[in-house]
Amino acid sequence: MPRRDDIQKILLIGSGPIVIGQACEFDYSGTQGAKALREEGYEVVLVNSNPATIMTDPQFADRTYIEPLVPRVLERILERERPDAVLPTLGGQTALNLALAMHDQGVLERLGVELIGAKVEAIRKAEERELFREAMKAIGLESFRARTVRTLDEAFEAAEAIGYPVILRPSLTMGGSGGGVANDRAEFERAIRWAFQQSPVHECLVEESALGWKEYELEVIRDAADNFAVICTIENFDPMGVHTGDSITVAPAMTLTDREYQRMRDAARAIITEIGVDTGGSNIQFAVNPDDGRLVVIEMNPRVSRSSALASKATGYPIAKIAAKLAVGYRLDELRNDITGTSSAFEPTIDYVVVKWPRFAFEKFGGSDPRLTTQMKSVGEAMAIGRTFKQAVQKAARSLETGRDGVVSLLDKIDYRELAAQIRRLKETGEGINLHRPIEARERATIEELREAILEVVQTPLADRLWYVADGLRLGLTVEELHEATRIDPWFLAELEEIVAVERDVAGDRDRPLSDAMLARCKELGFSDASLAALRGETAESIRERRGASIVPVYARVDTCAAEFEALTPYLYSTWGRESESKPTGRQKVMILGGGPNRIGQGIEFDYCCVHAAFALKELGYETLMVNCNPETVSTDYDTSDRLYFEPLSFEDVMAIVREERPVGVIVQFGGQTPLKLAVPLARAGVPILGTSADAIDRAEDRERFDEILGKLGLRRPRGGIANGVQDAFAVAERIGFPVVVRPSYVLGGRAMEIVHSKEDLAAYMDRALEAVDGAQAQTILVDEFLQDAIEVDVDAVCDGERVVIGGLMQHIEEAGVHSGDSAMVLPAHALPADVVAAIRSSTRALALELGVVGLMNVQFAVRGSAVYVIEVNPRASRTVPFISKSIGVSLAQVAAKVMAGKKLAELGYTREIVPRHFAVKESVFPFHKFAGVDTILGPEMRSTGEVMGLAETLPEAFLKALWASGSDLPAEGPVFVSVRDADKQAACDLAYRLREMGFTILATGGTAAALRRNGVEAERVNKVLEGTPHIVDRLRGGEVAMVINTTEGAKAIADSRSLRRETLLAGIPYFTTVAGAAAAVSAIEAMREGRLSVRSLQEYHCSAS
Amino acid sequence: MSEAHLVLADGTVFRGEAIGAAGAAVGEAVFTTGMTGYQEVLTDPSYCGQIVTMTAPQIGNTGVNAEDREALRPFLAGFVVHELARRTSSWRAQKTLEAYLAEHGIVGIEGIDTRALTRHIRDVGAQTAALGTEPPDALLAMARSAPPMEGRDLTGEVSTDRVYEWTEGLGRWGTSSARRAAPERHVVCVDLGVKYNILRCLVDAGCRVTVVPARTSADEILALAPDGIFLSNGPGDPEPVQDVIETVRALLGTKPIFGICLGHQLLALALGGRSYKLKFGHRGLNHPVKDLTTGRIEITTQNHGFAIDVASLEGKCRLTHIHLNDDTCMGLAHRDLDAFSVQFHPEAAAGPHDSRYLFERFVASMDRAA
Repeated sequence: MPRRDDIQKILLIGSGPIVIGQACEFDYSGTQGAKALREEGYEVVLVNSNPATIMTDPQFADRTYIEPLVPRVLERILERERPDAVLPTLGGQTALNLALAMHDQGVLERLGVELIGAKVEAIRKAEERELFREAMKAIGLESFRARTVRTLDEAFEAAEAIGYPVILRPSLTMGGSGGGVANDRAEFERAIRWAFQQSPVHECLVEESALGWKEYELEVIRDAADNFAVICTIENFDPMGVHTGDSITVAPAMTLTDREYQRMRDAARAIITEIGVDTGGSNIQFAVNPDDGRLVVIEMNPRVSRSSALASKATGYPIAKIAAKLAVGYRLDELRNDITGTSSAFEPTIDYVVVKWPRFAFEKFGGSDPRLTTQMKSVGEAMAIGRTFKQAVQKAARSLETGRDGVVSLLDKIDYRELAAQIRRLKETGEGINLHRPIEARERATIEELREAILEVVQTPLADRLWYVADGLRLGLTVEELHEATRIDPWFLAELEEIVAVERDVAGDRDRPLSDAMLARCKELGFSDASLAALRGETAESIRERRGASIVPVYARVDTCAAEFEALTPYLYSTWGRESESKPTGRQKVMILGGGPNRIGQGIEFDYCCVHAAFALKELGYETLMVNCNPETVSTDYDTSDRLYFEPLSFEDVMAIVREERPVGVIVQFGGQTPLKLAVPLARAGVPILGTSADAIDRAEDRERFDEILGKLGLRRPRGGIANGVQDAFAVAERIGFPVVVRPSYVLGGRAMEIVHSKEDLAAYMDRALEAVDGAQAQTILVDEFLQDAIEVDVDAVCDGERVVIGGLMQHIEEAGVHSGDSAMVLPAHALPADVVAAIRSSTRALALELGVVGLMNVQFAVRGSAVYVIEVNPRASRTVPFISKSIGVSLAQVAAKVMAGKKLAELGYTREIVPRHFAVKESVFPFHKFAGVDTILGPEMRSTGEVMGLAETLPEAFLKALWASGSDLPAEGPVFVSVRDADKQAACDLAYRLREMGFTILATGGTAAALRRNGVEAERVNKVLEGTPHIVDRLRGGEVAMVINTTEGAKAIADSRSLRRETLLAGIPYFTTVAGAAAAVSAIEAMREGRLSVRSLQEYHCSAS
Repeated sequence: MSEAHLVLADGTVFRGEAIGAAGAAVGEAVFTTGMTGYQEVLTDPSYCGQIVTMTAPQIGNTGVNAEDREALRPFLAGFVVHELARRTSSWRAQKTLEAYLAEHGIVGIEGIDTRALTRHIRDVGAQTAALGTEPPDALLAMARSAPPMEGRDLTGEVSTDRVYEWTEGLGRWGTSSARRAAPERHVVCVDLGVKYNILRCLVDAGCRVTVVPARTSADEILALAPDGIFLSNGPGDPEPVQDVIETVRALLGTKPIFGICLGHQLLALALGGRSYKLKFGHRGLNHPVKDLTTGRIEITTQNHGFAIDVASLEGKCRLTHIHLNDDTCMGLAHRDLDAFSVQFHPEAAAGPHDSRYLFERFVASMDRAA
């Protein structure tokens, strides 16, 4: 059946903010989907609350709504747009759940809107555990023994009947949220409460555990004519028990015979048919008992997923694009494979091995449980392509940006005895593990002791387990022993053993020069120059020189067909072989370095900037080369740039591509810290860096050089100094006076940044900081005056060296002290005196010109009274660039990329700051619900994973939308709990008064209640937790609190109120830890109660913006 | 480990390391793109006379077992892999692939850039080659003096030399509902290099199977009182297999006939059709075929270097299946007689099971004729 002509207008739902379990992959799928539908001539309406996405760029849809992904808002949009159909299968679980809600509320039927991509019955059958199990039974497939439970009693009965350990899988959650493993009744009780909490339908599946079985995924696609294809097979390195999002995964499946695989394929086909997904992609997971091959179905996602993004990047088959076209009626055989020009109805076959390695951020969440379970905890992933698993795993290891140059030894960094003891303690008492502390061994451990310790350590899945396993092999543990301890397939372990064996040869033969054959063999096994250098006691440069022009990588194409057909698309990866297929053109090219794996502080915003740079430079006639290793992103879509190099962002890997392609310039300023730190080494190697010079970047980052600039320009900064070591830090802090802000130099995302209030705090901090950042950089600590109660302002600007145009001036809602990546912000600045704004603008201009910025620059200011302080300057793309671009209707990244390529702002027609008439609020989204036991208070260390944008005519309405979009549902009535520090008492009285006016009641702790009463605001006093029960947490648990306003000061008060914040989070109650945030929320509630809710597309906003 | 070379007739030399048996091998260099099923490839008699390159880079991971073989022994001339697994991991493995190759005297090579080799074959076309531990010059001479695949009848090397009954079905690897109740149909399979899985599929479709040597005459076949006649897959060029073509011609119209791969080509030639050599053939598990009767797409297993020119059968046959990538003929049915055939492998092994319905179709044609 060809294209459906009975529908014209299609609404596409995005996935909202980046959270754990739902990241850029849905920007990739949504962008592909929108492009595919418009290509077919449909009118596309797009909804997503996440401004950092490419899909929400106005050019990708006819109408783009950056609005909260909540039913009441979506209903408004549907009413306003009256689309013929809604496509919910490209926006993750969020979009699917939202579409179901629209169906259940009768909205779709009322408005005559059809759901395409997946039918409601199919979604339910796939997602509701019991229906799914029944369906599997009907087609003769095995599922694990399990029971769906809704009450504690049912749950215990089920667990006992099945027998511990059991797996918990809450219904309708994503990324396994709320899921886990329980080994006994006590663990089960904790886990089941959490699971119920996380399930929107308060339902959980209690399932037989198959810990240690092999785990596989099939990415499949099916059309309305029942044509079916497996796009990719994926095998998990980590056996069952670790969420597939947290597992290292490998494509294709490596340890299945054809018979076993075909049985799985037959099952997948039967499943997708039975469930009824008839126009799109699905992900189906299987467990296999390694001892007898017993095949069990785990679950199915009736939509594109993180794995399908991975499968698309791994094979070159664009699943989301094809799925979108199937949803509008096409059959697989009516579509063509872009890469080969042959039919889309086929199964890709690959002649390389792909390894995906998740990236974790436990260091950001002190006190969290770092064990990997069925609930996903990783924040991003890197993918690597190599000819063999060995090559790919080593490339993936160095793509992770954890400072390791491959599967290197950690034996001199970790005392495994200590780690084993910590894990034991964790299991017994729940006390956190400090994985990053370099151990000064108490006494030299014997090899025997270390082997024993490693065998114990690797039984617990942790983020770095593969490294520990490799260390075990280094110490002589056998594949069998390690298999026994980990259940990792012996084939994978043997691959690691090969790496370790060669490493031993290389290191053991230090006195003799490396032979050509040995060097070539090492490169084939994926060793980087840096890792070889470390083994040989040489420098990476000497290894590189030693390789010369003879031992260099070749580039092969990802072609979906194992070279059977010629690839028309230059999607390349490096390997070691006989001939290179890169075939560089003679055109003028610019290389753009991407951001690598997502992690906190380095996310989709930077990918957005890189993609825009590619678009802009293409427009100027350059050939664009993208280098990146993040499979989730739009930048790694082969469609985005002229040539895609799927490679680690290491100096060696990037230089090799430079040598192959000889670009006229490289852009390092758009991909965040990862490429930025290559600026100096690349410049030194003679690579032309476009835009702002490496020296200017250094001037902005080097404390002393930066102080000189500020002095010269007469700008103020908080008093501070550089401290080398603990004593020095004390001295600086004493001079400035506590509290002070401390952080290691050269970090992004406020890594290890803290506000310390006393000498003891500082000492403790120095202790921790030294372990948080690798290497000598950690020794240098910046100590600054903390500007209490200051307001922070972020400015992004573009400069062409002569002219500076401010993109946006954003005022933070939270006071200074909260990392700008975590803070809510308003554009335009809503409450700053005109002279302050003028001072900020002129300071920004002066800084840009003085630094010689060519491209983007971000400045953070703090304002106290009328005094303006410069906090920091970053001459590069910042996290707020997409937010501003969406607000003002100009792509700053594109303008900047063109400026970097030599254009002047005047030529580009961008000469004036656009101050929008509407308000845009950026709010952050946090992963606290994934990390039981973590304090949720905001501070200078960034911990948000994503952001949302609220757009409206008025600020309260914009803030309301931002809160809704971030998952906060503000109450319209009920008791509000208020407990604030002294400095906030006056402000709290005003807020409490306004709340009472609206009919809320007030609960308050002693001091606050007294202050309220003094000001004539009636409040019921409740106990603090320390004052004994019944206290506020009891009230929270009893569901008696609708909202919480709680500000604290000092380490003790913060610690005391921790259980309160935790409980609030668990109960999903909106809470505010700054008075400014609370004030904005109260205004938002007022707006909500007035019933104002308008929705408007970006295209409409932008028309009226300037 | 000793150095080995693969040398193509056009002089291209790949250096690698020897695996399997010592010595040298000569044959047509081809590649297959399946990611699973190397054991099935090794034992597929259709690869007789060929040096087969696996495009999947790591081969041997699951070892070798007795269950997954498609013939008693391997028939291919040589085996080329990027990397041979040193470690086997499978609950069914009985030995390593390395040991198996050595045991069966298969000369192989590893450590070469199989992608470069594949691209070369793709661009230049299939050609003769030699592989082994002998010096490259000697190998080149062997490659150049080797006979081209065109004009080679290899059925004699792979066919059975005696008549036998086949009783094994798919067992635990079949779908539970497959085996049908009586009446049982008797199929005589003309063995031109038959893969066991075809026989297993026939058994599961409810057939009693008698396998006969390639040179069994039409009368001898009919004397076995079959309900249908099956023409198997096999190696080489169909055109020189004249005596079997004659036999098929004699059998036409007597009983329902079903042919697979070489069997399909021989049926077409018996009907007066023409075959031709493809540049580098179709070998893999991911070939999209459209069943023109139902409009459905099947992902099929293919292994052929020759194809049928469908225009040569105009008026006699219906084109039933086409390849979606290059529109080549993938299936034929006689307009009047009960005879049909497919170029691809519905028995899979290795490969997807999308086309198993063809065995049912064959049984249905026997039912109609009965």
